[in-house]
Amino acid sequence: MWDWAFALEILPTLAKAAVVTVQVTVLGFLIALVVGLMLAACRVMLPGTRFPISLLVELIRSTPLLIQIFFLYFVGPSFGLTLDALTAGILAVGLHYAAYCSEVYRAGFESVPRGQWEASVALNLGRWTTLRDIIIPQAIPPVVPALGNYLVALFKETPLLSAIAVMELMQSAKIIGSQTFRYNEPITLVGLFFLVMSLASAWAIRRVETGINRRYKR
Amino acid sequence: MGIRGLAGVLFLTVAVIWYLSGLEGYKIFVPGLAQGAAMTLQITAAAAVLAVIAAITAALSKLYGPAPLRWLAITYIEVFRGTSALVQLFWLYFVLPVFGITMEAYEAAVLGIGLNIGAYGAEVVRGAIISVPRGQWEATIALNMTRAQALRRIILPQAFAAMIPPWGNLFIELLKTTALVSMITLGDLAFRAQQMNQTTMKTVQIFTLVLLIYLAMSLAITIGMRVLEHRAARGILRARAA
Repeated sequence: MWDWAFALEILPTLAKAAVVTVQVTVLGFLIALVVGLMLAACRVMLPGTRFPISLLVELIRSTPLLIQIFFLYFVGPSFGLTLDALTAGILAVGLHYAAYCSEVYRAGFESVPRGQWEASVALNLGRWTTLRDIIIPQAIPPVVPALGNYLVALFKETPLLSAIAVMELMQSAKIIGSQTFRYNEPITLVGLFFLVMSLASAWAIRRVETGINRRYKR
Repeated sequence: MGIRGLAGVLFLTVAVIWYLSGLEGYKIFVPGLAQGAAMTLQITAAAAVLAVIAAITAALSKLYGPAPLRWLAITYIEVFRGTSALVQLFWLYFVLPVFGITMEAYEAAVLGIGLNIGAYGAEVVRGAIISVPRGQWEATIALNMTRAQALRRIILPQAFAAMIPPWGNLFIELLKTTALVSMITLGDLAFRAQQMNQTTMKTVQIFTLVLLIYLAMSLAITIGMRVLEHRAARGILRARAA
């Protein structure tokens, strides 16, 4: 039922694929952080963009990531946007989580007292300077744990990229399965890999959280 | 967005779906997608029921169960929250048969998604129960209630109101997760879309319709949960006023 020799034999292949998974996670999350911050900042700074952005965020958050990946990968070319599978996957994952992150940032912005904005007006700071130097430094630290949770969530969504044949963990496990007709070792190993990584990152987030609380609780 | 705004967007979405499904290029996809949508809804409903049951059982076991039960609940929650939903589905569908347990794709889908969302829900339920003020527990002791009575009559009804909004998010998450069942060969919306995309290559039309259908379903769930939230909050407020 469980063949240790076979499990050891496929380990190097899976390890190679794990690198792609981590790569997708890191790049996708970078996109999510940057685009999410831009969306949230636009919403605060330009009142006219508030409605379209909230509509866009709702749209992205209420449709499945799998469909969005297909949309970007298959529909993109008919609008002249031809991406290879890996790029399309990273972009789709990144934009999906950018919508979630923008909501987190928004909560952060709203937690900064109004007096901070008023004080900056009194000091004759520009609106963008206020945002960059006063608001963002206060808004980000409290939401770091929430962002961390989305990092873990994003990481766990990366197997979806196997649907457009990106050679990440799940895809290589599927290929091993279809070549050898043994699914239990590869898929169990992939599951274990995700479990270990998620538990480790949950632990790391808790550490960061307590660190931040210690520094910012007065 | 307020409940009116949401209803407006839902109406608009349905109107656009209605308009598109009358157009020449879209018409042929409507029957297939409708079948897929029915399957998606069916899985969503079944998995939601399972998720709620699993969540309440796991939360109560983790909070009040004897040590072995508590450890079992913690293991369940951590394993299902710690691994990908897709990996869990594959495990149920492709790996379990090796150990002698064979399931239909539909059963594996409902079980996998229900247990996955149930694990997240368990933490929601646990948080809501903990958030009931301590004084309520003390009062039930003063009234000589047993723990089961206190939970059933005093604590859970109050916790219920607190857990509705997070459950709304989880149900939307659940709806979106059902798209994964297309990968274990179940004919849901995502599966039909891929299938028709391969045969007709009318990608834009198919996926636009599919996105809109999912959007309409999510909006309907959001609106339903908002209504429920109002109802539950009203009950609590009336009880507090009395």
